[in-house]
Amino acid sequence: MRWHWKGVSLHVALAIAGIASLFPFYWTLVMATNTTADIYRFPPKFTLGSQLDDNVRAVLANVAFFQSMGNTLVVAVSTTLLVLFFDSLAAFTFAKFRFPGRNALFVILLATMLLPAQLGAIPQFQTMAAFGWVGSLKALIIPAAANAFGIFWLRQYFQSSIHDELVEAATLDGCGFFGVYRNVALPSARPALAFLGIFTFVGSWNDYFWPLVVLTNPDHLTLQVALSSLNRSHGVDYSMVMTGALMAMVPLIVIFIVFARQFIKGATEGAIRG
Amino acid sequence: MTLTAPMRHRRSVWSYWRFYLALSPFYVLFLVFGLYPMVSTILLGFQKWDGFSARQFVGLQNFAFLIEDSTFWLALKNTIVLFFMSTVPTLAIALVLAVMLNSAVRFSGVYRIAYFIPNITSLVAAAIFFAAVFSTNFGLINSGLRALGLPSQDWLGQPWGIKIAISTMIVWQWAGYNTIIYLAGLQSIPKEQYEAAKVDGAGAVRTFFQITLPQLRPVVLFTVVTSTIGGLQTFTEPQVMVGNSGGVGQSGMTIVMYFYSQAFLNNDYGYAAAIALSIFMLVLLFTAINWKLVGGRGKQ
Repeated sequence: MRWHWKGVSLHVALAIAGIASLFPFYWTLVMATNTTADIYRFPPKFTLGSQLDDNVRAVLANVAFFQSMGNTLVVAVSTTLLVLFFDSLAAFTFAKFRFPGRNALFVILLATMLLPAQLGAIPQFQTMAAFGWVGSLKALIIPAAANAFGIFWLRQYFQSSIHDELVEAATLDGCGFFGVYRNVALPSARPALAFLGIFTFVGSWNDYFWPLVVLTNPDHLTLQVALSSLNRSHGVDYSMVMTGALMAMVPLIVIFIVFARQFIKGATEGAIRG
Repeated sequence: MTLTAPMRHRRSVWSYWRFYLALSPFYVLFLVFGLYPMVSTILLGFQKWDGFSARQFVGLQNFAFLIEDSTFWLALKNTIVLFFMSTVPTLAIALVLAVMLNSAVRFSGVYRIAYFIPNITSLVAAAIFFAAVFSTNFGLINSGLRALGLPSQDWLGQPWGIKIAISTMIVWQWAGYNTIIYLAGLQSIPKEQYEAAKVDGAGAVRTFFQITLPQLRPVVLFTVVTSTIGGLQTFTEPQVMVGNSGGVGQSGMTIVMYFYSQAFLNNDYGYAAAIALSIFMLVLLFTAINWKLVGGRGKQ
């Protein structure tokens, strides 16, 4: 029966790790449904309370929550759509066509992935000021509209999943370059696009450094920056701040669980191939 | 491979305009928001500028000041200490979990999702949560210590306490992500190799060190490189948990936080640019070291 006990202890260990991963969400929920006084109690209260309504109302009174969430949504959705379009177009071109300078351009693309994003924050801010974009959501969307990682990742996918004959056949059928892209490349890349889309959306939703720098108007923030300022100004009202944190994470977790399988598959394929 | 039919005459570069047009968005954005800021930062490192008055060329003054600046060295030390305190446990836990997960058939999908969720959670929300867990007055950690009859600690009021809180959060957020990556690496190792080892009479430990670990080397390199690039740029965790000052004795001040405060709180742009350049050099140096340590021996 040795294998049996081995199996049980394996699952106990895996389950403990799972609980450690998920416990913070439960504990956030506990703090968000109780009062701050309850949180201060010893021994701590481990059960859900009934204060969620009050706490949510307090969050809404102290920070423009829905406006910030709306801003975050606008940024995340438009960034994701632009990235999917620009990255797939470039990746398809790199994967299936030959033209002068192709290799040099691709090496440049790879090299850009080594640059830490924060490095250029000062001149970037000055550029935004020159464009008149400081404080505007454009400052978040436009610089993020295409990226090297997505092009690199999709190129791998196009190379292995689209046969040259398919592209040739489409060309013979009278499809131009953009026609082949639309009728052959896009439909076959759906799983890869799904991964890149979720990846970009999550990254954009959670982005903090650059929005903190460039969104200078305190009434016009993204969710993460608003949450951080709520934490700084009302740090003592823990149940309210935790409610804000809960409200900021829930939408993303729901989206993630819906797409989890595809996303995890994509994340690992990227690492193994790269 | 190529779709351009063989032609006797040379095609003009302009006849490829569609391809260049397709590639242009990335390169135009990179020129404006990537290359120009980078070059400009390098120039700025040799200048004095507050963002309003005229820029003044000061030679190596910023870098000379950097070498003398104890806060810079403290921030550098904090960053590297935090990097080791978080990356070593993260990758060790991830490797163990991945090996276990690889031998578990049931619930594997559920575990994977559970382990991955911390990674998609907002850094700001997670930092607020971990600050609460490590809070002196009501934190769960102190409640646990009290229940065991141990004295509670002023976690976020002590230099090492701040580092423990920050690295705990990083481990929580990244262990599961790396588990999934290692798991994919484990699953790509051919089964025949394990069967051959079994025939040779190799035990579980020998199999792990002779087959699993060498086969996993490229994946380990990937995780070490990404952890390094991320770890050396740690910003949000300490900034939200202990504030722009870096907390007591500035013990949570990382090098990117120091860059941020010099640039956008003090408006000392030239000096901040010098810090940014040092971050870049540091990332390059660490990536090269990783490459040598983990990747270099792969051919043997």
